[in-house]
Amino acid sequence: MTTETDKPVVVTDKSGAVLVIGGGVAGMQTSLDLAEMGYYVYLVEKGPAIGGRMSQLDKVFPTNDCAMCIISPKLNDVGGHINIELLTLTDVLAIDGEEGNFNVTVRKNPRYIDMSKCIACGECAKKCPRKVDNEYNESLDKRKAIYVQYVQAVPLKFGIDPKECMYITKGKCGNCKKVCPADAVNYDDKPEEVTLNVGAVVVASGFDLFDPTSQETYRYSQWPNVVTSMEFERILSASGPFQGHMVRPSDHKEPEKIAWLQCVGSRDINRCDKRYCSAVCCMYAIKESLIAMEHAGGKLDTAVFYMDIRTYGKDFEKYYNRAKDAGVRFVRSRVHTLTPQINGDVALEFIDEKGQRRSEVFDMVVLSVGLTPSTGIEGLAEVLGIELNEEGFVKTHPLAPISSSRPGIYACGVINEPKDIPITVMEASAAAGAAGKEIVDARFTQTKSRSYPDERDIKGEVPRVGVFICHCGINIASVINVTEVVEYAKNLPFVELCENHLFACSSDTQTKIKDAIIANNLNRVVVASCSPRTHEGMFRETLAAAGLNKYLFEMANIRDQDSWVHQKEPVKATQKAKDLVRGAVAKAALLEPMYQTRMGLVREALVVGGGAAGLNAALSIADLGFPVHLVEQKDILGGNAHKVYSREKDVRGYVKDLIEQVESNKLITVYKKTVPKYSSGFMGNFETVFQGPSGEFTLKHGVTVLAAGGNAHKPNSYLYGQNGRVMLSLDMDELLASNSPTITKPKQTFAFIQCVESREDARPYCSKICCTHSIESALTILDRNPGAVIYVLYRDIRTYGFREKLYQEARSRGVRFIRYDTDSYPEVTETPEGGLRVTVLDHVLKRPLAIDVDYLTLASGIDPTPMKEEIVEVFKGQLTAEGFLLEAHMKLMPVDLATHGQYLCGLAHYPKPLEETIVQAKAAAARAAGILAKPYMVVGGVVAVVEPEKCAVCCTCVRACPIQVPKIVRNEEDAALRGHAFMEPAICQGCGVCVSECPGKAIKLQFFTDEQLMAKVAAMVEDPQAAEA
Amino acid sequence: MSEEFEPRVIAFCCQYCAYSAADMAGSMRLQYPSNVEIVLIPCTGRFDVILALKAFEAGADGVYVAGCLVGNCHFLDGNIRAQQRVDYLQKELKNIGIEPERLAMYNLSASQGPRFAEIVNEFSEIISRLGPSPIKKNLAA
Repeated sequence: MTTETDKPVVVTDKSGAVLVIGGGVAGMQTSLDLAEMGYYVYLVEKGPAIGGRMSQLDKVFPTNDCAMCIISPKLNDVGGHINIELLTLTDVLAIDGEEGNFNVTVRKNPRYIDMSKCIACGECAKKCPRKVDNEYNESLDKRKAIYVQYVQAVPLKFGIDPKECMYITKGKCGNCKKVCPADAVNYDDKPEEVTLNVGAVVVASGFDLFDPTSQETYRYSQWPNVVTSMEFERILSASGPFQGHMVRPSDHKEPEKIAWLQCVGSRDINRCDKRYCSAVCCMYAIKESLIAMEHAGGKLDTAVFYMDIRTYGKDFEKYYNRAKDAGVRFVRSRVHTLTPQINGDVALEFIDEKGQRRSEVFDMVVLSVGLTPSTGIEGLAEVLGIELNEEGFVKTHPLAPISSSRPGIYACGVINEPKDIPITVMEASAAAGAAGKEIVDARFTQTKSRSYPDERDIKGEVPRVGVFICHCGINIASVINVTEVVEYAKNLPFVELCENHLFACSSDTQTKIKDAIIANNLNRVVVASCSPRTHEGMFRETLAAAGLNKYLFEMANIRDQDSWVHQKEPVKATQKAKDLVRGAVAKAALLEPMYQTRMGLVREALVVGGGAAGLNAALSIADLGFPVHLVEQKDILGGNAHKVYSREKDVRGYVKDLIEQVESNKLITVYKKTVPKYSSGFMGNFETVFQGPSGEFTLKHGVTVLAAGGNAHKPNSYLYGQNGRVMLSLDMDELLASNSPTITKPKQTFAFIQCVESREDARPYCSKICCTHSIESALTILDRNPGAVIYVLYRDIRTYGFREKLYQEARSRGVRFIRYDTDSYPEVTETPEGGLRVTVLDHVLKRPLAIDVDYLTLASGIDPTPMKEEIVEVFKGQLTAEGFLLEAHMKLMPVDLATHGQYLCGLAHYPKPLEETIVQAKAAAARAAGILAKPYMVVGGVVAVVEPEKCAVCCTCVRACPIQVPKIVRNEEDAALRGHAFMEPAICQGCGVCVSECPGKAIKLQFFTDEQLMAKVAAMVEDPQAAEA
Repeated sequence: MSEEFEPRVIAFCCQYCAYSAADMAGSMRLQYPSNVEIVLIPCTGRFDVILALKAFEAGADGVYVAGCLVGNCHFLDGNIRAQQRVDYLQKELKNIGIEPERLAMYNLSASQGPRFAEIVNEFSEIISRLGPSPIKKNLAA
């Protein structure tokens, strides 16, 4: 067990602080991970609040989670973190020094509001006469010159827009200063330059959206009913310009027909200089069409006009299928002309797949605009001395995907390349680990620690319950009559106070709840909103901040389990909300304060799997200073990477080098031909038994990283295994890597078939890498054999991000791309002469095309690890329907497993290219290091407690406990009495099995006692008020 | 009791699988009958016969327990122990003249939002067919 030391004594001349530039989801995640690992963070944001682009989104794909709901806890975590210093309205001016010791000069621009005084009451904005376009709502409505960016903004402080304020520009007005009750307005506020000493810098400055104004075709600036996808997000959003009422801008008519036009400002070198694919637009268009249908109650005609549908991520293909089933029309065509109609409608003209000219009229058109690097990145890159690539994004290398060209400066999120939220979050964690690596000795040298106000003793008090009911924008309030529930709850037993709030999770509501607890002397709190799974922790912090024991809190889930699932039954949903609140109040009244204790942890990691993912994870954890046990079932490290050949990067050399680094690292112990047999314990103190070449052995570890890999799928089609000229992608890689003469023979014809046994009912997912990989192989063949004829038979080409450039190169160099559909698969036959013939229905000519080929490569995708069952059994993981490991949350916890202290990375999570595996492994390492870095863990709380006088020492609990917690001890009070069972609160995980098994009812599980649960159940079922009526 | 029978059902859901699946059904906006109300428990191993009996006593027409798939319990065998208690209580219910079908156990994973909605539909149908629980108060009134 490690000794408890808050601040290890180290001598280092390096700084223990890190500068993070950009306050979007990438910057927030990097900051949180760095702070957890023991670094002090300066988070610089050029705007007035953090939250970035994600905060503007209505929903996120493919989970359809409300974006604000899932980002809000993170906003509050960052805003409230004692080791993250938020610098809003701040620009980076200069940097000098080097990795480990940079001096960064920043300018804090004036807010004209004293943040310490502003109470965000909004009186100033009410009286401000100056209306300006509201950028947050994409200029669909107006804000005032004094404003707060959005209602959940962190920090929730108003600010003056100096370019628009009439007092600042003309010396007239001054209304805000007159009405501010807190005297917070200061027109004389001046910019301030500060120099920050940091050890590393992470650039997370995000993206802007492509401005379609320049593109004549779309007439975007002329017609209000042609909107960008971000404008449409705001139209859908409850906090948007139309309060979530889906109407078109020109006449506020509810649209009946909406079209999405894909690839606006992406994959286009004719009308704009944007060669790359923006990687997210297909998915967000599908999401917007599904959510729009939901808004319209199903009575909406939606059509997506596209070139290729790129649903390549985890669960994306199923989302696409869901949209098709829901009736979203997918039209493969690039619309060439938009014509306005007198009533505001827009006519689209296009050529359909059959080559026919078609015209169709829509109520509104959404342009799926691409992502461009954030404005100002050129200047920032110059200041920081980092290179940009030809597309204007921060230049990185596929094998070092988060490192900029300057040591000590890292980049994550869309500023490297367009990408979705999960990969952004992975990169953010990975960047945190990378940034921490060089300054690992300076950990905890600049951090501070927090103290809560003393807890109020509530012993002997009658319960005084405060109930807070959330509207969740319209998520709850559009179905449930919140006012009715509030009035109802006021009359429940012990309820002292009941209030409703637009967003219970927003930081201003947290302050209001805290104030209400203190002002009303509340001793129990109930929040009726969303799921305790996502929000309980946040609300408990609010109780602690108010000096109330954090366990005196109960939630009623009236959104996920009520308003969202009973959308068409408002009366019943309202009744159910009352039942749920009644149950929560009844349980809350019986809650007791509970206390947590500190516990030591094993500061070592276990990594399962020695492929590229496991090697990277092990190395990164060791780089952050912790011993690692790396376990591999084969007798060789490196996994699939040994078999991969890439034109763009030396994969085989890379993995050889990686193995060398791992094997020579003193902190890493490698166990080959070893498999895990059994694992027990919990975060901080796991114990796993392995079967190795010389028998069984046991390891203790604080965290576990599962990097169990995946395999190339072996198909049963297209003569694979029957004809030697039919091979898989990795076989082709072997030919290319070994410089095989078969490649360079003159007049050779090669064919690639994509999506082999993929994206079908049996394997309903896209393996993400195959399009890029086949195209890379095709180009390599052409490089060596310019006369070769190459065919690629595909369903959709999915060269997302910068990979699109490879596709363009392949097309321009004559690779022939032929599309097929699932209703006309290609056929592969052997000709009588012994040749190989591929027959496919040509999508342009609509005729069968017979191609005699010399070699056929099947892109069959990736199967989950064959070890998946063992992994799940040993480590208690969860699998998706397809057999990949299921992460704790698909968007915001992409490397965490549901069990605390367990992480995942690589192909075990989902098929992905090497660069993403590297990122994910580094991310898992950083998350793991966040646990290992702490001197102790805080444990206890929801744990089992034995009442000694009731215990008959029958040992039923000893047999029932899954983690061997119960021990039989002497009776400390009176040695003459019989001994009893005892549960160590530090290791009890609170499952409650012993409680229900105990024949003497001598054990109770705190927070889930029989009394509390029975009171809850009885209250939910019986409605005393209804009975009286 | 002239109006149509609207069953009252209490579902004890474990926080790892069934409760997550219920949340997922929500985020997928799967619509299901509103008469099922969920009580969160840390593991179905915490489910105790007394909790189901309390629900029946208070007037519930049906009770079900929903936990992880067999073999996937976060606490090894909590769901199997819950199943044993459900089996036991079903027999006891039968002995005292209450249809054992009013109590059930389901297993599903956190990613099975659609299955959660399906279970609600299935169980509501069973209870609707059985009619009001004989324990229910005010039944005669």
